[in-house]
Amino acid sequence: MSNAPETSAYLRTEDAPLLPAPISMVGIQGWIIANLFPTVGNGIVSILAGAFLVWIGWGVLDWALFSAVWSGENREVCAVEGAGACWPFVYSRFAQWIYGFYPIDQRWRVNICFLVGAAALIPMLMPSMPHKKWNALFLLIAYPLITLILLTGGHFTMSASAFLNAFIILALVATFLPLVAFGIEEGIQSNRIGFGLAGFGILVWLASFVIGSSIWHSALGSFSPGSVGAAIFIGAGGLLGIGQLRGADNASGQAVLRNWLIAGAVVFGLMLILKMDFGLQEVETSQWGGLLVTLVVAITGIVASLPLGILLALGRRSKMPIVKTFSVIFIEAWRGVPLITVLFMASVMLPLFLPEGVNFDKLMRALIGVALFSSAYMAEVVRGGLQAIPKGQYEAAQALGLSYWKVMSLIVLPQALKIVIPGIVNSFISLFKDTTLVSIVGLFDLLQIATTTSNDAKWASPQTGSTAYFSAALMFWIFCFGMSRYSLFIERRLNTGHKR
Amino acid sequence: MAEAVKNVHVSDEIAIQIIAMNKWYGEFHVLRDINLTVYRGERIVICGPSGSGKSTLIRCINRLEEHQKGDILVDGIPLTNDLKKIDEVRREVGMVFQHFNLFPHLTVLENLTLAPIWVRKMPKKDAEAAAMKYLERVKIPEQAKKYPGQLSGGQQQRVAIARSLCMNPKIMLFDEPTSALDPEMIKEVLEVMVDLAQSGMTMLCVTHEMGFARQVANRVIFMDQGQIIEQNSPKEFFENPKSERTKLFLSQILH
Repeated sequence: MSNAPETSAYLRTEDAPLLPAPISMVGIQGWIIANLFPTVGNGIVSILAGAFLVWIGWGVLDWALFSAVWSGENREVCAVEGAGACWPFVYSRFAQWIYGFYPIDQRWRVNICFLVGAAALIPMLMPSMPHKKWNALFLLIAYPLITLILLTGGHFTMSASAFLNAFIILALVATFLPLVAFGIEEGIQSNRIGFGLAGFGILVWLASFVIGSSIWHSALGSFSPGSVGAAIFIGAGGLLGIGQLRGADNASGQAVLRNWLIAGAVVFGLMLILKMDFGLQEVETSQWGGLLVTLVVAITGIVASLPLGILLALGRRSKMPIVKTFSVIFIEAWRGVPLITVLFMASVMLPLFLPEGVNFDKLMRALIGVALFSSAYMAEVVRGGLQAIPKGQYEAAQALGLSYWKVMSLIVLPQALKIVIPGIVNSFISLFKDTTLVSIVGLFDLLQIATTTSNDAKWASPQTGSTAYFSAALMFWIFCFGMSRYSLFIERRLNTGHKR
Repeated sequence: MAEAVKNVHVSDEIAIQIIAMNKWYGEFHVLRDINLTVYRGERIVICGPSGSGKSTLIRCINRLEEHQKGDILVDGIPLTNDLKKIDEVRREVGMVFQHFNLFPHLTVLENLTLAPIWVRKMPKKDAEAAAMKYLERVKIPEQAKKYPGQLSGGQQQRVAIARSLCMNPKIMLFDEPTSALDPEMIKEVLEVMVDLAQSGMTMLCVTHEMGFARQVANRVIFMDQGQIIEQNSPKEFFENPKSERTKLFLSQILH
């Protein structure tokens, strides 16, 4: 400043007056001037764009409302010159769009599922509602069970060997429990014999596939010799694992054991409930269709892909080479193939690999395919969020003595997921629309049923097809736009005072 | 600066023992033959030019960095790959970072109670009562319900200190706690640290605040190129440095 000329001394004696803002800053008039006609060029563009919007808007309104046909019994009312949308067609077929070929006298079951779902979901989505934990438990455990039983009719065949298999899996988990309670090294040490037995059990089980002897079958009734052998050895391994936990004077050991017992009770409880006969008529999934199928596929995909995606994203950033390699291969394999291919593989090729007699439901296969496919995408979205969390956050959490899972679940994931809400919802929306692809494996989703019904000779007219697609598009749009708005709402809500 | 911290008992009980410790980043030998014994109640200031390995050294003590050769014993617990031992050490050793590293999605109170609740399994009520006690000690109880982003740098660092204290650590590590602060905020953080030293906490502090070193430390360690070059009482260290490198360093930072 030394070169600047010295200014004369100045002292303000009176405050400058506070003036109202100029007219261009306030009111509707100000807004219009500031945003639409700031310059002549911008004004011309505004007028042209406005005229275009009015032209398009008028066209749509004219077609959908003013020239539309509103009532009638068949195609004759719609197949007239100059007619717009053919609404009586939509009205007469709407039930089919919602339920597909679900038996008419059983549709109340679908309605209950929709209603209970909405009644449980709405309070879950409202941050001010209490009891979020119970609400979430209901939505994630009870609701899927209720839906499964109501929609299919329940009364699943649960053979004795299914229970035996559940026992084997639980015993295998029990064998590994000391690892969870005592850490990897000490855990392996404490249950060495158990691991040996379980390993031998798995070998027996695998060998039974190769050797497969019918003599054994007759001796053991419906059980396969492999599973019986596996059950004996793995069961012994699991018992030893539980013994280790009970023997150790260790609080986390007791907690692990308690969780295992609860999980076991839930698994057998679920199997028994699914086996129960509620007197409902069986409705095969091939009879499901329309919005029902779209929602079942989309919601299962959404609910399964988020936790799976989080686990895969964490796996991909893991320091353990096996976990990391598995995650990378899984993600890249699924991302590398089109969803159509996945669905074809699931419905055509998968049965070739399964042992004879094991038959997965077609809808079930599509569900698994969609869920795994979208979890690979979700994993990459979540990984983006994880990368945005500074290293200092991990270090501060570790320095406080938090374990890996607590660092992740309490510190890193809440921040990472918040950052990628737009990406997550983007994936959900895209998944919701990709459900239309299940039609290529012969499932009747909303779009497919709209197409099919519009080809019905009773309603065929020049406007039927466009009306069908317009309505289907509107229904998809309502769901997707809802998700989009909700994500904006949550983003804004989580954003208060969080700036770093 | 105020008068020196006095009458703080240094016991002959060993808090940290580092024996012939070496660490590499890939090919680069960052810490070379470190030998250091810290007794309970000691306040040690570590200084040295940037890149001398002083931060890395204290980060090895709670295993944020792992060493490749030699031994580190914290409270008698050897630091190896054993995760349980590492967790045991981390529960007893608090750490304060240059950039505070508060959890931005949690309120100040939640930042403080998180570890006591999830690591110490303390009931929420007790954890909150303890947290308020420590917030009072760092003189910002009125900020408990705010988010870290709403506080000034000095306040954030004091919250970070309180967060570590909530775990009742036996040892506190400070990694350049005032380097990211505006000058007028450095004082309020140093005051809290002096108070902590007065209470007999074992402290290892990487800092360039030489006034703080004179006032609080009972030992100053000078590091350069991954080695401990010189250690002495603050009086001797500042008035009578032995090595050329120390003299050069002191001449550069003390104007």
